[in-house]
Amino acid sequence: MNKISSIEAMSLAERVRRVAAVAAEFADQADQQGRFPREGMDAARAERLMGIHIPIESGGEGATMSEVAEVCSILGQACAATAMTYAMHQIQIASLTDHAAESAWHRTFLKRICDEQLLIASATSEAGIGGNLRNSICAIEVEGDIARLEKDATVISYGAHADAILVTSRRNANAPHSDQVATVFTKDQYTLERTSTWDTLGMRGTCSDGYLFRGEAPKNQILPKPFAEIAAQSMLAVSHLLWGALWFGIAADAVSRAQAFVRAAARKSPGQTPPGALRLAEASSLLQLVKSNVVAGLQQFETSAGDPDALSAMGFAVAMNNIKIGTSQTILTIINHCMLICGIYGYKNGTPYSLGRHLRDAHSAQLMISNDRILGNTSTMLLVQKQETSLLG
Amino acid sequence: MNSTVRGLIAKHGGLPVSVETLADDADLYEAGLSSFASVQLMLALEDAFDVEFPENLLNRKSFASIAAITAAVGSLVSDAQVA
Ligand SMILES: Cc1cc2nc3c(=O)[nH]c(=O)nc-3n(C[C@H](O)[C@H](O)[C@H](O)COP(=O)(O)OP(=O)(O)OC[C@H]3O[C@@H](n4cnc5c(N)ncnc54)[C@H](O)[C@@H]3O)c2cc1C
Repeated sequence: MNKISSIEAMSLAERVRRVAAVAAEFADQADQQGRFPREGMDAARAERLMGIHIPIESGGEGATMSEVAEVCSILGQACAATAMTYAMHQIQIASLTDHAAESAWHRTFLKRICDEQLLIASATSEAGIGGNLRNSICAIEVEGDIARLEKDATVISYGAHADAILVTSRRNANAPHSDQVATVFTKDQYTLERTSTWDTLGMRGTCSDGYLFRGEAPKNQILPKPFAEIAAQSMLAVSHLLWGALWFGIAADAVSRAQAFVRAAARKSPGQTPPGALRLAEASSLLQLVKSNVVAGLQQFETSAGDPDALSAMGFAVAMNNIKIGTSQTILTIINHCMLICGIYGYKNGTPYSLGRHLRDAHSAQLMISNDRILGNTSTMLLVQKQETSLLG
Repeated sequence: MNSTVRGLIAKHGGLPVSVETLADDADLYEAGLSSFASVQLMLALEDAFDVEFPENLLNRKSFASIAAITAAVGSLVSDAQVA
């Protein structure tokens, strides 16, 4: 290998493509067996992708949110479960880098994530609360230097495979439901008692079982900022952007398959436009809408990064919510178009044009924080928020 | 103005505690103000003082305490009088 090609092989895109190739190979297996996409995640660790968003001084690469989104999109084209695992992990990383850098424990932990390529899970959903991120029933209990927490967590993606979990709770037993904190617990500091099994339509490899979480850790592992600020300025936006990126990836792979189908048909009968070609043009236009939506959101996020006022403005929250709604709905239409194009070859498993897994995985998008819940929040904000009517503003 | 603001918080804030127990600089989010209630409160303030919150005041900070709300509304009322 000459020098230039070895430098290319180290570029982020090249590293991600190697991971994607592994993830794609095992995607159907992880889906059919509902098992953790171990091969893809091992490859991500081997390529040292776990800490890329962490600042260089903490051992990471200081990759931008757009670069992380590109990773999610490439993985999404290969295996949605690997992509979702990676995206959920990066959402937790973003909360830590943006909101806990002033805390010595968390700085050291960020360094550990890079050194040991740790995988971080999230426990926000709770029995009795559903997907309302900004509410908790459970309360963290601080006694001396020790913090204890028990949470009936209904969904923790890859909970059994994680090295640490970021858990939300009320600040203390007297705090109202909306006064929350987030705490990092490392694997040696908690037990998980499984309460439900993740046997689902799609996203099966995320192994998002329900658990009774019981943790005990030094109190300095509680993030110093109120969770309300972390959610508003980082977690909600980053979730919608990274999910949007990997959902785009699922739809983009479906369109690639449909395009290959139409092209093969065109080759068989030159001079005739295959029947699926028109639908493909329509799917391509919708895919571009999804892409523009996510890219514009990433730009808005990067422009506002580091400016708490801009990140907590209502207009920003409405824009991020709209990205989630728009992408999660549109990918279903796109993949459905692709299914019509490929016909029975798309419907069947095990063909080069199979789309069953894509369609099933994509169906999780509107439930992953219910679109109705998000529309409800947006509609409340629109009662007072002023619409931005300028095209470029 | 402070007492009107307090009255509106009592009515629309949905707080589990009585407004009288809160100091002017007490954190309303810690007291249980939800984002839904903060919007209802905003609408009530706009109606009571005949003002409209501009985009740059539509954030968590403007509603973080009774003092912050009074200052935000105060700035809008004096703007309206100048205009
Ligand atoms: C693939 C996948 C991975 C996930 N991973 C994790 C994870 O790692 N950690 C984690 O904590 N959670 C995770 N979740 C859970 C997710 O964040 C949501 O909590 C969950 O999808 C919501 O579940 P729900 O629909 O039962 O609850 P709810 O949000 O309570 O919604 C139930 C139904 O009630 C309706 N509804 C409820 N409230 C409202 C409202 N205010 N306005 C309008 N309609 C309303 C909705 O139509 C909805 O269908 C994951 C979910 C998926 C799909």
